[in-house]
Amino acid sequence: MNDLRRRALIYTLCFCSGFSIMGIELLGGRILAPFFGSSIHIWGSIITVFMVSLSIGYLLGGKLSVSTRSLKMFAFIYIFAGLWVLPIVFYSNNIMEFIFINIEDTRYGSLLASSCLFLIPTIILGMISPYSVRLLVDNHNESGKIAGKLYFVSTLGSALGTIITSFYLVLLFDINQIVLGFSLVLISLGLITMNIAVSKGAKIENEASHVYKK
Amino acid sequence: MFIKNKKAKSHIMTLTRYLLIYCLAASTTSLNAEVIHQEPSLYHTILVEDENDIRCIKFNVKAININQSCMFKDQPNKFVFNYTKLLFSALLLNDQPKDILIIGLGGGSLSNALHQLLPETNITNIEIDPAMIKVARDHFNLVENEKVKTISQDGRLYIKRARLKKQHFDWIILDAFNGEYIPEHLLTKEFLSEAKDILKPSGLLSSNTFIGSQLFLHESATYHSVFGDFFSIKNDLKQNRVILAGKEPLTKLNVSEQRINQLIKALSPFGIDVSDLVKAMELATLNSHWPADTRILTDQYSPANLLLK
Repeated sequence: MNDLRRRALIYTLCFCSGFSIMGIELLGGRILAPFFGSSIHIWGSIITVFMVSLSIGYLLGGKLSVSTRSLKMFAFIYIFAGLWVLPIVFYSNNIMEFIFINIEDTRYGSLLASSCLFLIPTIILGMISPYSVRLLVDNHNESGKIAGKLYFVSTLGSALGTIITSFYLVLLFDINQIVLGFSLVLISLGLITMNIAVSKGAKIENEASHVYKK
Repeated sequence: MFIKNKKAKSHIMTLTRYLLIYCLAASTTSLNAEVIHQEPSLYHTILVEDENDIRCIKFNVKAININQSCMFKDQPNKFVFNYTKLLFSALLLNDQPKDILIIGLGGGSLSNALHQLLPETNITNIEIDPAMIKVARDHFNLVENEKVKTISQDGRLYIKRARLKKQHFDWIILDAFNGEYIPEHLLTKEFLSEAKDILKPSGLLSSNTFIGSQLFLHESATYHSVFGDFFSIKNDLKQNRVILAGKEPLTKLNVSEQRINQLIKALSPFGIDVSDLVKAMELATLNSHWPADTRILTDQYSPANLLLK
């Protein structure tokens, strides 16, 4: 039962990271528009930055999972991601104003601005999926099945994050309120996970950590 | 169960109605209209279509109201669309603007007419889509010379840069909205404040805005929050509403008979009836046209395309 709960928690976290990534990506267009307009290349910049960040995140998350396999680390990544979303809320105008004044070409301006705003939090959020695989796979026969299930959950989260943000949240809230909401959800879920990880203690960390090696 | 049926019925009726309108539009189009040019663009294919003596720009999208800009081929001076005429109401308040900024070129009929009317005035056209500029040059006789220039840029960015360069205009005309997608960043309080910043002390701003949806209220409240009292001008068909606002809040119209008569003469070649304009101008004061709790559109909250539904 405990293991079931732990698994459910990890899947939930994957779902929420997918949800927030796409929610934030979608709002990216609206965040950049006042300074860089709404031409098609603005979306080019945003999507490029998100894709590059995710690819780096996958790589780093996978690499990290080789050396550690702990729920604590997983929770830490999550909290860290939530914290790195906050500058979007508090500093985006200052950052974009600075770039707007210094770079006239909106293509490179928007590329730099979206890098400054979204690169780091998206890299960190990208680490979640591969790290989850490491946490969930106990038996290598199941690795493909579990990876598939994780893709399913996180991509479904992305789909819902996209539709709910664009259809409903923008009608109800300010952009900053929505982004702040994502950040708070990430941090709270991270703290809950951390709490569980600490209370269950070293048990999970040590237990069966080498089963996979067999 | 009954309600469900009723709902379903009304949906089917609405659908049938749209289908009918669409078929009608399609059939009239196919009978008389001829696409004389197609211009690929980043945003949508632009079609130039001739139908009898009217030439129109259309976007290649499946929408009912897709005429973006039209002109009479024989009388390019006359405006096909009524709302364009409403924009000229600003001339009642200032009939000699020296610098005009137009956001949204379309076929360029507004720019051409203003240049003809005020040959000494500097006109700057801002159009986001370079393909649209090409179409206006090639098929709508867009006039460009040392007084009239056209720049391909997002309107908001042009205004932001103009603000940094401390450029100022007597009259800004916002007409960047086509029927199917509204650039949401051109409706916000922040944008309007930036536009107000580049107005000269007695400068004016005219804007073609939306009617018949929730957006009407939000736009009214937003304009009022930036400009104070403004004129709301609707045409007979009540399809469009033009907002005429000023650097200083506008007050009741006080124009001499003489000036009105001069304008009647000057604008009649364009098919504009100035006395109709005067009658249509209605001063919008705080909450006169919208409830007090109407949410203002900001860069943080501007779901314009959803509010239009």
